[in-house]
Amino acid sequence: MSSFAKYWKANQVRLAPWVFLAPGIFMFLLYVIFPIFQSASLSLYKWDGLGEKEYIGLQNYVELMDDEAFYTSLKNNVIWLVLYMLAIPGGLFVALFLNQTVRGIRLYKSLFFFPFVISQVVVGLVFTWFYDPSFGLLNVIITSFGFDPIAVLADERLVTYGIIAAGLWPQTAYCMILYLTGLNSVDPEQIEAARLDNAKGWKMLWYVILPQLKPATFIAIVVTVIGALRSFDLVSIMTGGGPWGSSRVLAFYMYEKAFSEYGFRMGYGAAIAVVLLGIMLVYIAGVLYKMYRDEKGL
Amino acid sequence: MFPKPIEQSSAVVQNLYKVALPFALIIWLLPLIAVALTSIRSEGDLISGNYWGWPTSFNMVENYTAVFTNSPIAKYILNSFKVTIPTVIGVIVMSSMAGFALGIYKFKANLFVFFLFVAGNFVPFQILMIPVRELTLNLGVYNTTTGLVLFHVAFQTGFATLFMRNFIKALPFELIEAARVEGVSEFRIFWYVVLPLMKPAMAALSVLIFTFIWNDYFWATVLTQSADTQPVTAGLYSLNGQWVAAWHLVSAGSIVAAMPPVIMFFLMQKHFIAGLTLGSVK
Repeated sequence: MSSFAKYWKANQVRLAPWVFLAPGIFMFLLYVIFPIFQSASLSLYKWDGLGEKEYIGLQNYVELMDDEAFYTSLKNNVIWLVLYMLAIPGGLFVALFLNQTVRGIRLYKSLFFFPFVISQVVVGLVFTWFYDPSFGLLNVIITSFGFDPIAVLADERLVTYGIIAAGLWPQTAYCMILYLTGLNSVDPEQIEAARLDNAKGWKMLWYVILPQLKPATFIAIVVTVIGALRSFDLVSIMTGGGPWGSSRVLAFYMYEKAFSEYGFRMGYGAAIAVVLLGIMLVYIAGVLYKMYRDEKGL
Repeated sequence: MFPKPIEQSSAVVQNLYKVALPFALIIWLLPLIAVALTSIRSEGDLISGNYWGWPTSFNMVENYTAVFTNSPIAKYILNSFKVTIPTVIGVIVMSSMAGFALGIYKFKANLFVFFLFVAGNFVPFQILMIPVRELTLNLGVYNTTTGLVLFHVAFQTGFATLFMRNFIKALPFELIEAARVEGVSEFRIFWYVVLPLMKPAMAALSVLIFTFIWNDYFWATVLTQSADTQPVTAGLYSLNGQWVAAWHLVSAGSIVAAMPPVIMFFLMQKHFIAGLTLGSVK
């Protein structure tokens, strides 16, 4: 036996995990972890993507503080985050509605889940027609009640809400499926016991059912926050950030600046991305903390 | 069961529920139904403003044929498959290995590596965008499906490892100990003991990753440019720009683009849902 084989045989259990991890760690470092630091460093430079990078310190961030478009994007991100949370009670509501055993209910559940399976590009296109001021279904309905048509996506005050509504559609479907699976595992004995104690309706939901749905709620919050902060696709497809930049979010604004038609501004884009990451980190830390406690069984 | 099973309610309530179900479903899917209807209308209907009335003729065959003959959509779909299938395979291979390592072995850095994968999985795409684009350019795979596959495999490995690791942790550890006592090597334990038990997790991950990658739009726009390489999400968006007001074609195109993940979902529903709940809600 060669000395390497001997060494391997003796230390197998210690070395094997690293052999198994190597390809995954390599790719993940290369494409995810390093780029985070590269972006952070790039945010201190001025760079058009082609020529030399020029070190400018914190100037990108200073400019950001005076950039009205940045504040619009930030404000819209907050609106997204807050309103996206509606998907959680919404999903719970639909799940409660569908949690029955009548004939064909399985098909109904699948069809309700449909919006989540299709691409956000399709969702975006669908809602763009839905909102169209001249023939969109929304305005067909509104005008049939005698009101004036509303151009949701051309109205600075309404546009962000219009896009969020489109995003809530698949997100609610996602939360619904999480709660449907959760409701499946609710302990029937506890429900019976509570029923004997005369608990029903809201009280039952709040004191008996919801505590048991905690794992589902946790995942629903995790995926909804990510969904809200990743709101790039819908904005890009439905409005391209318009009208007059009023529906931008940070994710979209970053892309717009980095690949601007008026010359790439990679450094400035990176600075916006760093701010977005900063917001996300608060939340990532929270999730990791909870997972850490669960791991340690605290 | 909560809410109370409807069978225990009065006949009136039961009938109301049976009526409410299809009604709610139609409202819920109204935007999609509208698209499906538009995709079979004639151009004449759209010009005369007949968007919501009964179609004067059913042009399903014409419209869908037109989408395939007048646009590169077949090419886009092929590209999407060229991105999606290798990604799914790559992710399954890497994450079952990494998940095995993190789920079975106790070593100091275990939790740190695990959290690195989890945290990386949550970062906004924009923080990766510029360096990943540079890396892809430097590797000479910009504007190729390979470039997209490499990134997707790397990124999805984070989520998939979380999933696999939790799944493996729930397996009976005695199996592995017994094999070790027998003197089975670690690689053989992975291949012959653990891998066969991971089939349900692999199935769940496959459908889920397939859907995620098929529906990806952001990276498609960052890493590809031309119709030869663009996946269908990015392709559909550029078609939307070309087919101004040809709504019947855009709708037909959207339906075609949405089909593969929808079919996948209906075929593998159980696995899909198990995957979505991260396996933690049983």
